[in-house]
Amino acid sequence: MKQLELRELTALLRECAGEEDGVDLEGDVLDIPFTDLGYDSLAMLQTTGRIERDYEIALDEAIDSAGTPRAYLDVVNQALSAREAA
Amino acid sequence: MTAAAIASPRPAGARTATAVVTGIGVAAPNGLGTAAWWAAVLRGESGIGPVTRFDASGYPVRLAGEVPGFVAEDHVPSRLLPQTDRVTRLSLAAAKEALDDAGLDPAELPDYSAGVVTASSAGGFEFGQRELQALWSRGGRHVSAYQSFAWFYAVNTGQISIRHGLRGAGGAIVSEQAGGLDALGQARRHIRRGTRLVVTGGVDSALCPWGWAAHLAGGGLSTADDPARAYLPFDPGARGHVVGEGGALFVLEDQAAARERGARVYGSVAGYAATFDGVGSPRLADAAGLALADAGVPAGDVDVVFADAAGERAADRAEAEAIAGLFGAFGVPVTAPKSMTGRLLAGGASLDLAAALCALCDQVIPPTTGTLRPADDCPVDLVTGTPRRGVRLRTALVLARGRGGFNAAAVIRGTD
Repeated sequence: MKQLELRELTALLRECAGEEDGVDLEGDVLDIPFTDLGYDSLAMLQTTGRIERDYEIALDEAIDSAGTPRAYLDVVNQALSAREAA
Repeated sequence: MTAAAIASPRPAGARTATAVVTGIGVAAPNGLGTAAWWAAVLRGESGIGPVTRFDASGYPVRLAGEVPGFVAEDHVPSRLLPQTDRVTRLSLAAAKEALDDAGLDPAELPDYSAGVVTASSAGGFEFGQRELQALWSRGGRHVSAYQSFAWFYAVNTGQISIRHGLRGAGGAIVSEQAGGLDALGQARRHIRRGTRLVVTGGVDSALCPWGWAAHLAGGGLSTADDPARAYLPFDPGARGHVVGEGGALFVLEDQAAARERGARVYGSVAGYAATFDGVGSPRLADAAGLALADAGVPAGDVDVVFADAAGERAADRAEAEAIAGLFGAFGVPVTAPKSMTGRLLAGGASLDLAAALCALCDQVIPPTTGTLRPADDCPVDLVTGTPRRGVRLRTALVLARGRGGFNAAAVIRGTD
């Protein structure tokens, strides 16, 4: 069953919104707020739209309050599981 | 430059406070960066050539002035690349050059003391075209979230402001080719009201199929295929202009503040005025006259005029008459270095302003290229062929006409 991994998420963030100077996305960033990683709400909107299209899922408002990569991956992977089960 | 000098209280802006230019940044078809561009101008080297940024072979117009060798990654932080059109990338590069040139670290300025006012005629056109294509070929879910601002006229002002923390008075001016001077005028107003520093000027770039369709619809483009003979301001063979991309941005400061920190001053904005054409009543001469009055400078003191240079017979004639009306036939040296770049929309008058400042600094009038001699009905002393030296240059007049009836004029004085 497809689940989104952290490395895939950081790759998508890079593609959709670039990379902030001085931030190491390869490090342990699971619990670092997106804003600290240099990604504002528009960067996240862009990334979310990309994931919805690429994986053919719809992500509800819960994604907007997912402030860290861990929380974000939880919401995405729940939606991926639900789609698999359907 | 000490922290104390920067933080010390500045005099409250007075209605007659003098605004001076302390930094210049340029992106032009004949040179990226002020030094490269000015050297090319003095060599009479044109940046007009066949369009390379898209396939223009199916269009009646196939020449443009394109900024050479611009690698966005060299000038723009990675975070800003997905959200910026080429025009914004060029603007960020020019703004950084101007701030560095002025010897300024914006982080050291008091918050809200510095702002940004830029002119734009097209906003982020190429970005917008791409998103429109995505919308209509693949659907709304494929449109970039950044389209929400990457397209609009204020985006260059906004991104410069955000990147450098310039949170003071700001804005965006849209008056086509007059914009560069109108932005300067607005920046000066802010300085007179107490803002100590404004990044100002204009940059435009709409060299993509959608932009091309818009330029063609506007009319007035030369259909010549020879880059050297396509855009001929004041020439009897004038047959339209060439479109280019680029422009110039400046650091405009309150003169007292500039002196306080020991800044190098290129020149001062002694006068500025804008007018709007009436029906059948062009008012470029009025704009020039009002700018001279604003500067307290008699026409006889003007040493060089940087012309709007439409490169179209009727418009050239009208401009020549306006100039002759103020200065007498052949009464003042006139030049149009934009013959080497094409008309740059909001970037045009700004680049002319940069040329005026460099001319005053180096005591040389740049040439107008392409044109061999002015038409008989354009009695202007046009500097053609090679730069003119040996003329004492203290005061320059820059003229601009924006499509739709905008006129603007600025009087620039050198520093000696």
